[in-house]
Amino acid sequence: MTGRPDIAQIWDWLSAVPDPEIPVISLTDLGIIRQVGWQDDTLVVTVTPTYSGCPATTVINLDIETALRARGIEKLRLERQLSPPWTTDWISAEGREKLRAYGIAPPIDGTAADGVVMGRAARLAGGANLVVACPHCGSSATEKISQFGSTPCKASYRCTDCLEPFDYFKCI
Amino acid sequence: MAAVAETAVDQAALFDFLLRMGDNCLILGHRVSEWCGHGPVLEEDIALANVALDLIGQTQLWLGLAGTIEGRGRDADALAYRRDAQGFRNLLLTEIPNGDFGHTLMRQFLFDAWHLPMLKALEGSSDPRLAEIAAKAVREVAYHLERSGDLVIRLGDGTEESHRRMQTALEALWPYTGEMFMDDAGDARLAGVAPLPSSLRDAWQATLSEVLSEATLQQPADGYMHRGGKRGVHSEHLGFILAEMQFLQRAYPDATW
Repeated sequence: MTGRPDIAQIWDWLSAVPDPEIPVISLTDLGIIRQVGWQDDTLVVTVTPTYSGCPATTVINLDIETALRARGIEKLRLERQLSPPWTTDWISAEGREKLRAYGIAPPIDGTAADGVVMGRAARLAGGANLVVACPHCGSSATEKISQFGSTPCKASYRCTDCLEPFDYFKCI
Repeated sequence: MAAVAETAVDQAALFDFLLRMGDNCLILGHRVSEWCGHGPVLEEDIALANVALDLIGQTQLWLGLAGTIEGRGRDADALAYRRDAQGFRNLLLTEIPNGDFGHTLMRQFLFDAWHLPMLKALEGSSDPRLAEIAAKAVREVAYHLERSGDLVIRLGDGTEESHRRMQTALEALWPYTGEMFMDDAGDARLAGVAPLPSSLRDAWQATLSEVLSEATLQQPADGYMHRGGKRGVHSEHLGFILAEMQFLQRAYPDATW
């Protein structure tokens, strides 16, 4: 390869790498690529994990490596960055629309759990229930089935209007 | 600067503290994972597996850092799979067998209500390596506590049978709660790096008071409290967990996928 591809080009390549568990959104939509830069002739890509136990982390690293090697990058180093911790606020506007179109309700910012008991008590009493719109029919008549869904990042909901179950990408 | 900070902190005490954090996550994560495929309903089965997954993920971070601090070339896997029971530093509470579903949830709630304020305090640690792991884990654990607290309320304030089981679980587990708040010499050497366990009791009690009252459950009176896990003196249950968890690496050292 002659010369180093510029950083914007590499971001563009990375924006085409799908998330292994939710392939409609890319790693850049998800906001987990924190930095891309050259250190001499080595490309350093800094990735932050979504959940500390996310089983997709290894696959994500492998996918990044495979994609960049296919573009001719030979010297590559992946680094893990924990801080600041990943938050669903970093999912791009485009990523949110792709999630909705795929049938996953996107996260509602500012609704992350804080372990506060009063919030829980209020929800149990039926008040201040988080309204998650159904990604299929748009209805806000939905209810939570379980706080944990098919992956750690999602909760299970169902729509009481169209009766379809769906995943909600919960806030952290 | 970093070198000065490193020498100022007792490295042996720090290593021990990181083992305590990592081993709590590892052993409880392993216990919770035993439910996989056995949950009372699919949603609960998945939720339990997800909580276990979070805890195992956090284990990798804590034990990974412990290995770095120790500086003898042991990584998280070596620490998890090649230590014997007396090398483990987890609270006895985390190794108690699952019992029924209510017992598992009560154990989780008592632990989560301690884990959350511990991580919140560690976010302000003078050691940025601890602070960043805590900042990552605290978001996950807030969900754990919301879930276990919700379910303790629903089952405690549920049917006569579910109420009875939750009260029984609370009483059976109560003698294992005191260890979470006992300070020892190692804790005292980590001022600024980690909170004194006794300083977490008020936050824990506040969560318990609210949840148990919603759940119509009676907090037992404090009596004899078991201790020992934090210094490697365990119940007979830990050996069985390790026998299962470590078998592969013991029988086939360095085996990989």
